[in-house]
Amino acid sequence: MKKIYLDHNATTPVDPRVLAAMQPYFSEVFGNPSSIHAFGREAKEALERARGRIAHLLGAREREVCFTGSGTEADNMAIKGVAHSYRNKGDHLITTQIEHHAVLASCGYLEKEGFRVTYLPVDGTGRVNPDDVRKAITDHTILITIMHANNEVGTIQPIPEIGRIAREHGVLFHTDAGQSAGKLPILVDELNVDLLSLSGHKIYAPKGVGALYIRKGTKITPLIHGGHHEHGRRAGTENLASLVGLGKAAEIAETERAEESERLTQLRDALHKKITDRIERVFLNGHPTQRIASTLNLSFAAVEGESIILSLDMEGIAVASGSACTSGSLESSHVLNAMGIIPELPPRSVRFSLGRTNTLEDIETVSEVLPPIIERLRAMSPLT
Amino acid sequence: MYSEKVMDHFQHPRNVGQLPDADGIGEMGNPVCGDIMKLYIKVRDDRIQDVKFQTFGCGAAIATSSMMTELVMGKTLDEAERVTRKNVAEALDGLPPNKMHCSNLAADALHKAIEDYRTKNAPPA
Ligand SMILES: Cc1ncc(COP(=O)(O)O)c(C=O)c1O
Ligand SMILES: [Zn+2]
Repeated sequence: MKKIYLDHNATTPVDPRVLAAMQPYFSEVFGNPSSIHAFGREAKEALERARGRIAHLLGAREREVCFTGSGTEADNMAIKGVAHSYRNKGDHLITTQIEHHAVLASCGYLEKEGFRVTYLPVDGTGRVNPDDVRKAITDHTILITIMHANNEVGTIQPIPEIGRIAREHGVLFHTDAGQSAGKLPILVDELNVDLLSLSGHKIYAPKGVGALYIRKGTKITPLIHGGHHEHGRRAGTENLASLVGLGKAAEIAETERAEESERLTQLRDALHKKITDRIERVFLNGHPTQRIASTLNLSFAAVEGESIILSLDMEGIAVASGSACTSGSLESSHVLNAMGIIPELPPRSVRFSLGRTNTLEDIETVSEVLPPIIERLRAMSPLT
Repeated sequence: MYSEKVMDHFQHPRNVGQLPDADGIGEMGNPVCGDIMKLYIKVRDDRIQDVKFQTFGCGAAIATSSMMTELVMGKTLDEAERVTRKNVAEALDGLPPNKMHCSNLAADALHKAIEDYRTKNAPPA
């Protein structure tokens, strides 16, 4: 049975070109980038080349790119780092109800420290209204943090507009680009952001690396103290091979993004059409057009998400669910809840997320395998 | 994460469906995760002569529903009432800890169905 992976928003395989670029940096070029001898200098050069590629992807200066140990760490660093540096200016942060837990939990932590956080609502498509952002700003607001694209439903936020509002009011603006890097342009001067997080393993680089863009002049209290790595912003000997991989992944993302997004949009819309042609009462979660190419989040009336995932898994097809009962979490999806999907029922959904591994043949297979699964589960359901 | 037994009952659930002439019906929603189960019993001489279920829920909810029907089929009402969620979980070779709450559903729906039968068949006061 050919396995089909449709969970690229969760993680992506390391691209073979990325792996090839990393290969020499384990045993051949292994120096500590902080060492001054030839071994160290060679490592340092590779590290800085990787930084240059991230900077290029962002339209930023190299010095403004700080490597981290994950997308989660970049989010934590941006939010706690700004809060702790600007505490004398104010104690208020603005975010949304649909952020990744890396952002929500960082904000929650700051609330325990005495900061105040506004969690803005979203509309039924998952979009924040920029006017709501404007109205939420007070004299005490020090940071706005709003994700670029949502991981569950793929909705894209009006980041440039929110950035303009933030700037008018002199408030720092962070965006979590974990799901948009490699899928949308993320030029920081077009997005009007002061801080931007990204994660390696969402763009075909290894897990356990990420980066935080920090606009020149923005003060960030470090999370991790130690040596003078990353200009004193993040201590710890750099994860050289993986960061070289991140650099290569950024380069590939930049050159192939436009074409790949077009290809994925076509595949995704073909999948959506085939499913709705063959199955009745299927509902799209997320914005119909302002949505990243990878993501198709659907609810199937009267059927729960995990039961669909398990059934597809038995057919070798990997998808994800925003269902209440999904292993590891008892909470229903905070994203679908905020969007007000199916208010009388806990939101149930299935996320198909496409990527480089997928072909039209995969889409055909999934759209053939899915209808009998839904039919079987509906026949078993007490709901209509 | 699920045992082979759970997956077997998920894939081939026993006694799925409705009983149009049911003597007792129990419907339960799980307040934690929103799973919903409906259980139908046919009672003859105080014994569960037939039982069927419909479940909207995760793999654990479907498997526990199915296993519950197997455990109580043919039992007297008193015996059936003594079947606990723990019995069901054990019969399935265990459930992941974060899924134990899903097994409440089947036990609660069964108790409700028996109660429904008893109220309907209570001797006139
Ligand atoms: C939007 C978003 N932000 C942050 C993260 C966290 O990234 P990482 O897995 O590298 O910690 C993810 C991935 O789960 C994500 O989708
Ligand atoms: Zn459940």
